[in-house]
Amino acid sequence: MQSYSAISLLRHALGGHRRWPPAWRSPVPKRHYDVVIVGAGGHGLATAYYLANRYGIRDVAVLEKGWLGGGNSGRNTQVCRSNYFYPESAAFYEHSLQLFESLSADLNFNIMFSPRGNLELSHGLEELEINRRWANAMTLNGIDSELLDREDIRRMVPILDLDCRFPIVGGFVQHRAGIARHDAVAWAYARAASASGVDIVQGCEVTGFESDDGRIRAVHTNQGSIGGDRFALCVAGNSSALAAQAGLQLPIESIALQAMVTEPIKPVLHTVIGSAVIHCYVSQSDRGEIVIGGGADPFHSYAQRGVLPTTRDNAAAVRELIPSFGRLRVMRQWAGVCDIAPDSSPVVGRTAIENLYVSTGWGTGGFKAIPAGGDTLAWTIAHAEPHPLLRPFSLDRFETGQLVDEGAAAGVAH
Amino acid sequence: MLLIKCPYCGVRDQTEFRCGGEASRARPDHPEHISDPDWAQYLFYRENPKGLLRERWVHRYGCGQWFIVSRDTVTHDILDSLPMGDLPPKGRDAP
Ligand SMILES: Cc1cc2nc3c(=O)[nH]c(=O)nc-3n(C[C@H](O)[C@H](O)[C@H](O)COP(=O)(O)OP(=O)(O)OC[C@H]3O[C@@H](n4cnc5c(N)ncnc54)[C@H](O)[C@@H]3O)c2cc1C
Ligand SMILES: [Zn+2]
Repeated sequence: MQSYSAISLLRHALGGHRRWPPAWRSPVPKRHYDVVIVGAGGHGLATAYYLANRYGIRDVAVLEKGWLGGGNSGRNTQVCRSNYFYPESAAFYEHSLQLFESLSADLNFNIMFSPRGNLELSHGLEELEINRRWANAMTLNGIDSELLDREDIRRMVPILDLDCRFPIVGGFVQHRAGIARHDAVAWAYARAASASGVDIVQGCEVTGFESDDGRIRAVHTNQGSIGGDRFALCVAGNSSALAAQAGLQLPIESIALQAMVTEPIKPVLHTVIGSAVIHCYVSQSDRGEIVIGGGADPFHSYAQRGVLPTTRDNAAAVRELIPSFGRLRVMRQWAGVCDIAPDSSPVVGRTAIENLYVSTGWGTGGFKAIPAGGDTLAWTIAHAEPHPLLRPFSLDRFETGQLVDEGAAAGVAH
Repeated sequence: MLLIKCPYCGVRDQTEFRCGGEASRARPDHPEHISDPDWAQYLFYRENPKGLLRERWVHRYGCGQWFIVSRDTVTHDILDSLPMGDLPPKGRDAP
């Protein structure tokens, strides 16, 4: 693997940047692997990377129907945080945030992690009480959080209209939260995994399974049948459709979540802002674009595009918080198909089929989970038992009733 | 924007309606007698089809009636809207 550094940059600059090697190999798939991962989004790629680098399983393929990182991993609004309410989620997402903090160095790839803080707004005393409970729960979970009053928020984000329709009375911030370049996270894991011998096969769609004795033997793809000892489905919004091919039903619904960016402007917004009441979140990218997210489309969908009423609601919400943004033009709007579980928490680990694993339920908030999701699923596959951080997120919670109901605990934007 | 036909009021904008999820779910007659996996199946598991889906919608800002829409989850095409109770039994194909 060509190492990326100031020196290599300089050396290649002398050659006019014509001799950079490809960041990953594009192999023809073998007929059989120890582990076959379906889906080269962040979760599939990170799982492959950790299998090869931490858990000693190097005979791994990642099969991707489109191009790597072209699913939700390349469509999200990049927010990374661990400000979850329940101890189970807090432990998992904090593991992920800590991996993010050193990821650029670990993978020798600048993922542009920018811990610029994530500010949640309270629009009224009742919500301030709820948010105080949330922030205190974080403190109990050992995660940084700071309660803010109106003046703190005015100083922190001067362009906010504190007297908007539901006036802002306070809020809380996680300073260590922030954003990272989404494509870079997928590319960094792909490059490092490929260098460790993982075969990433793009343009390879899994269309069915071959099984006997209750085990999967192979997957059918447009590049022939590919056998394996263990299989993992990391296909986000396509989880139900693909699992159905293996005879498995999941507690998942597919819903389109959309986002948009405005034309770029000079730096005006130095933190990520979320508002549960007005229902939006907003940040400014390094290129200067205002990145806007909000509610998901209000019905099930496998179409990677959002409906106009939701676009309008999300834009209106941000305009209410920051009226000056009303003058900006929207450059792009898009959507990804999210895999939503009943309790808005991930569904990861073993299934009723002995050698089939799933990584789904990441819903509208699984970008921040990529490092921990990959690490813990790889551990789970290597040990054939759930990683301790994943145990609460197993499929069996829907039978025991031990849900991790983050949707109810924190409302918006998971 | 979807244009949805309420069987009672005719074609209206999506924003007048609310989606109530898969229509094929039927509450078990005696939940107290069924196993935890069966109860989980009813409460949490979904077909979530890629393609034709029959779902419940309510004309929330209109007549307030619930009804059943057959919709394609990939193209968003709406094939028909039927009053509640006219759902073809599970397994039978849509018209
Ligand atoms: C608009 C939007 C905003 C978001 N904002 C945030 C945010 O701010 N913070 C956050 O943490 N999360 C956010 N998310 C959620 C986050 O993007 C996802 O949870 C995460 O990227 C999921 O990663 P993944 O690897 O599971 O899925 P994906 O990246 O979608 O990867 C799945 C891959 O599987 C492939 N695939 C599917 N079917 C097959 C098949 N049959 N054969 C082969 N390959 C197949 C797909 O092509 C795709 O590349 C957002 C999502 C969206 C859509
Ligand atoms: Zn009506």
